[in-house]
Amino acid sequence: MVENLHNTMTGAAGATPSEPDFSVTLCGIRLDNPVVPASGTFGYGNEFKDFYDINILGTFSFKGTTREARFGNPTPRIAECTSGMINAVGLQNPGIDAVIGQELPRLREFFHKPVIANISGFSIEEYAYCCQRIDREEQVGWIEVNVSCPNVRHGGMSFGTSPECAAEVTRAVKAVTTKPVFIKLSPNVTDIVSIARACEEAGADGICLINTLLGMRIDVQRRRPVIANTMGGFSGAAVFPVAVRMVYQVARACRIPVMGCGGVQTARDVIEMMMAGATAVQVGAANLVNPYACRDIIEALPVEMRRLGIDRLSDIIGIVK
Amino acid sequence: MPDKPDKQYNLYAMYKKGIYRILANEPLTDAVWRMTLAGDTQWITAPGQFVNIALEGKFLRRPISVCDYDAGRLTLIYKVVGEGTAQMSRMTPGMELDLLTGLGNGFTPKEESQRPLLVGGGVGVPPLYHLARRLLAAGKPVEVVLGFNTAREVFYEEEFQALGCSVTVATADGSRGVKGFVTTAIAERGLEFDYFYACGPLPMLRALCEGVAQDGQLSFEERMGCGFGACMGCSCKTKYGNKRICKEGPVLEKGEIVW
Repeated sequence: MVENLHNTMTGAAGATPSEPDFSVTLCGIRLDNPVVPASGTFGYGNEFKDFYDINILGTFSFKGTTREARFGNPTPRIAECTSGMINAVGLQNPGIDAVIGQELPRLREFFHKPVIANISGFSIEEYAYCCQRIDREEQVGWIEVNVSCPNVRHGGMSFGTSPECAAEVTRAVKAVTTKPVFIKLSPNVTDIVSIARACEEAGADGICLINTLLGMRIDVQRRRPVIANTMGGFSGAAVFPVAVRMVYQVARACRIPVMGCGGVQTARDVIEMMMAGATAVQVGAANLVNPYACRDIIEALPVEMRRLGIDRLSDIIGIVK
Repeated sequence: MPDKPDKQYNLYAMYKKGIYRILANEPLTDAVWRMTLAGDTQWITAPGQFVNIALEGKFLRRPISVCDYDAGRLTLIYKVVGEGTAQMSRMTPGMELDLLTGLGNGFTPKEESQRPLLVGGGVGVPPLYHLARRLLAAGKPVEVVLGFNTAREVFYEEEFQALGCSVTVATADGSRGVKGFVTTAIAERGLEFDYFYACGPLPMLRALCEGVAQDGQLSFEERMGCGFGACMGCSCKTKYGNKRICKEGPVLEKGEIVW
């Protein structure tokens, strides 16, 4: 069934007008569909290839990668919330050398499309170093620079909470790569538009938003935080309206493409996010609850498009004024 | 960009997600319940693996270890500790649950061991049940120590006996069996074994590892996001590098544990 679907999807481009067209173009690279698993919820693809052929995806954004290998935060790192979850993983990853040396060669075995490389760092130099390294990797189609991780001190989000810092990271990264650069922004700011515009002016090729909202839960019986790191990033269905609002604001204010992310669970959510201005739509926490979430969304897209009278998905990008 | 191969790979489609129908759901003690489910068990490949259960109105799934399984049928034993498990205890036969099955590594029965000891503490007892069946089927005499706080909390003593295991119960308050911890029972009864398998609270696992010279396998618990290795929510450090409790665990070998 998955293989049939895949054939249908890839065959859709040159098909008759009555066939729905799912394809979108992201910085000159064509995606068969706009559905993109978000960084941190999809590893380096390996866990999900045991559930379905991940080539049906538009692409995916791999786990946030830093210069050095990181264990991340102490556990517990996860907390249940109403219609969502908090995570404080803290950028656990094997480091850029292992990603280039082991993860990407393994990925090539089962994923045959360009992938998004999510890069994080603790200094401008680290961001630039990692981007320069990943720039030479053939399978990387885009770089997504994470300036918005709420779970690490002295880095991550601090770069994404001021227009000046976000622009500085953007400039440093753009200077060392020829690949399209998306800056992944934090919603934990007072003025998202000023930060997005600063990135655009500094040369960013696209904006991805939103990362998680800073959140916290307390175990009231034990009178202490549920998460060992006290606070963490809140994501899941509950944050969808915040994400739609920020995508809408940024897409109207910038000329560069926006990847919408935050609380997407259904094909209808994908369409809503695109109407708000997203060219591609990332799916995060939903993958952790239902490993088939992205496959289910892709399968449901034609039905939802027919219901809403949409022939070409790219026609609805930013259609809401 | 690497070329797309002509042939489709056939290594996908490990369908581990399925719908299971509740056959029975009954209390074993004040807080511990047993749920029997009908459905596809082909992805459960080792004793000590777990399933991850989707519950109405809850965002994350709830991981529960598998107590026993046969073709088309599995048994889960769970303790009501929060809203999710309380919700499970209110479910009735005929209702359906969405499960991810075959998660985690589970126990690997050690060939060389001739006298295995199984040590369970509280709600850590259930995953040892199917393991006991396996070991007995392999012709090995199985020694079992079950630890609880008090007599009212004891469950599955008769079930292990019925399999043919030699069972010792320990309670912290001495209201049943040996007074003290599982380690007290092992010492007091002079239990002989050449290898152990254990599941229970962290202090019990640690005391066991430090209290006996033999090697063994221990099943750990951690708060999980996905249960299949994607979110890195349940990572731990071992002597052989970082592991995910849900993927490379929940069972670790004594020799690799970093306490």
